[in-house]
Amino acid sequence: MKIAVCIKQVPARDWQPRVNDERTWVRDQDASFELNEADAYALEESLRLKEKHGGEVVVCSAGPPRVAQALREALARGADRAIHVEDDDLARGDAFAVAEALASAMRDEQFDLVLTGLQSDDQGFAQTGVVLAATLGIASATIIMEVDVQPGAVRVKRELEGGWFQFVTLPLPAVLTIQSGINQLRYATLKGIMAAKKKEIRKVSPAGPVASRQRIVSLYVPEKKKHTEMIGGSAAEAAKELVRRLRDEARVIT
Amino acid sequence: MILVIAEQQGGTLNRISLETIAAAQQTGSPVKVAVPGADVSAAAVVLAAAQVAEVLCVQAAALEAYTLDGYVAALAQVIENEKPDHVFLPHTYLTRDFAPALAVKLGVALVTDCVAVRWQDGALIAARPMFQGRLLADVATSGPALVSFQIGAVRADSLVNGDTPAPVRTVTVTIDSAAIRQKPEAPFREARQAVDLSQAERIVSVGRGIKEQDKIELARQLAAAMGAELGASRPICDAGWLPMDRQVGSSGQTVAPKLYLALGISGAIQHLVGMKGARTIVAINKDPEAPIFEVADYGIVGDLFDVVPAMLKELQG
Repeated sequence: MKIAVCIKQVPARDWQPRVNDERTWVRDQDASFELNEADAYALEESLRLKEKHGGEVVVCSAGPPRVAQALREALARGADRAIHVEDDDLARGDAFAVAEALASAMRDEQFDLVLTGLQSDDQGFAQTGVVLAATLGIASATIIMEVDVQPGAVRVKRELEGGWFQFVTLPLPAVLTIQSGINQLRYATLKGIMAAKKKEIRKVSPAGPVASRQRIVSLYVPEKKKHTEMIGGSAAEAAKELVRRLRDEARVIT
Repeated sequence: MILVIAEQQGGTLNRISLETIAAAQQTGSPVKVAVPGADVSAAAVVLAAAQVAEVLCVQAAALEAYTLDGYVAALAQVIENEKPDHVFLPHTYLTRDFAPALAVKLGVALVTDCVAVRWQDGALIAARPMFQGRLLADVATSGPALVSFQIGAVRADSLVNGDTPAPVRTVTVTIDSAAIRQKPEAPFREARQAVDLSQAERIVSVGRGIKEQDKIELARQLAAAMGAELGASRPICDAGWLPMDRQVGSSGQTVAPKLYLALGISGAIQHLVGMKGARTIVAINKDPEAPIFEVADYGIVGDLFDVVPAMLKELQG
């Protein structure tokens, strides 16, 4: 079974984004980057499927040269090889630009199954996986909590809203977008890190210029709609004041 | 004209469909509503009360159970016939499944999770959160677009109703059932939830800031001292530190307690959607720029491991 897992490298969660002078993107020169969380779960699921069914896990990513670091980490966790569609503009590209870049690099590989996270922590389009499937002309299903590969098909558990779920069966090949929490993540071992150094990262160029369908005209810090009473002082003072206000002002505790 | 795609299940319309119609009305453009399904007559009656030009019943037997392929086939036909300037959708889990494929089929952009829209020089500008809600982006598209709205972005009670019911028209769509690749089974719920947070008067909720599973005990003590239930954001339940029925957010429970106290929760959109209906919201977080402070009534910027023990002392003293 040949599985692709599409990952994105995103700024670390604790990094505070600052807007650039043109207000069109963030100043990410000083950011540290990490593997997008939902994609980490997709990677883990692909490794588990390989352990069960055999085959190969190929990790794919589209972005600037720094993305190689995320690919190397995925290789260290157990992916067999990597494809890197390298282009600086892809860091800001929309889901269509990224999906097109990935599709052009993946088309000839004939993957049986493609996994990716359901949403990225940076732009958060929540559409790249489905756009990729539609571009490749294969079936897709989103927000997946369980994957059961059957002959020629895959039966998946989709998460619906409000605690509801549903099983759906799709023909292979298919793209699945994975919900976080589907499994427990593994981390790279020293042995894995050493082995990853010998694994292939194939660099490819995008088929054409990055073509986004949506454009950021202004990026800004959201305006506060609610008046928040910030309580200062030492921890002890703040705690005392908060408890007083919850008792006397908001009257929500006794 | 803006075409709104409404969402119904078993004939019952979901509330966010009305919010999406209200968002479309606020643009000042004429609005039409399309509602897909096998029998949507009851939903159409509700939709026709809104001040809209027309309600389109997109009825077909193949639409009885939701499938991506069925919805894309049906809605692409409706959109190609009606030629709206833009299509508005609620940003539900259903929309997230089919809308990207619909956008590919139509060759248009999909702008997701929007919180507001406005016209600027004849173009639609949509505001959507990025970087976990820490920033907002005003986004433009070069032509018609699919635009999906975050739950609660526009209040359903701002919906303008018409003086008389809007005309309802059934549109015929051709769907090749054999070409539908997804074979869905009936939706189900997991074993009955042990905790019903939706009924809780007070909730103390923990997020990533708690750092270690053992430290949840501290939050549990605070909850006990306040007569509150213990809740959590998704990462805590993903890690297996608390059962999934403690999860507050779009994929967990929606809550509306008198008091919601968020410990070490940054406030990703998916979490805010589940808790911003709380009457009083308190946030304790080390990061002064965490989005949770945007919705909080009271905020303390500080280490929860210092503040919570001090609160316990205060409550017990």
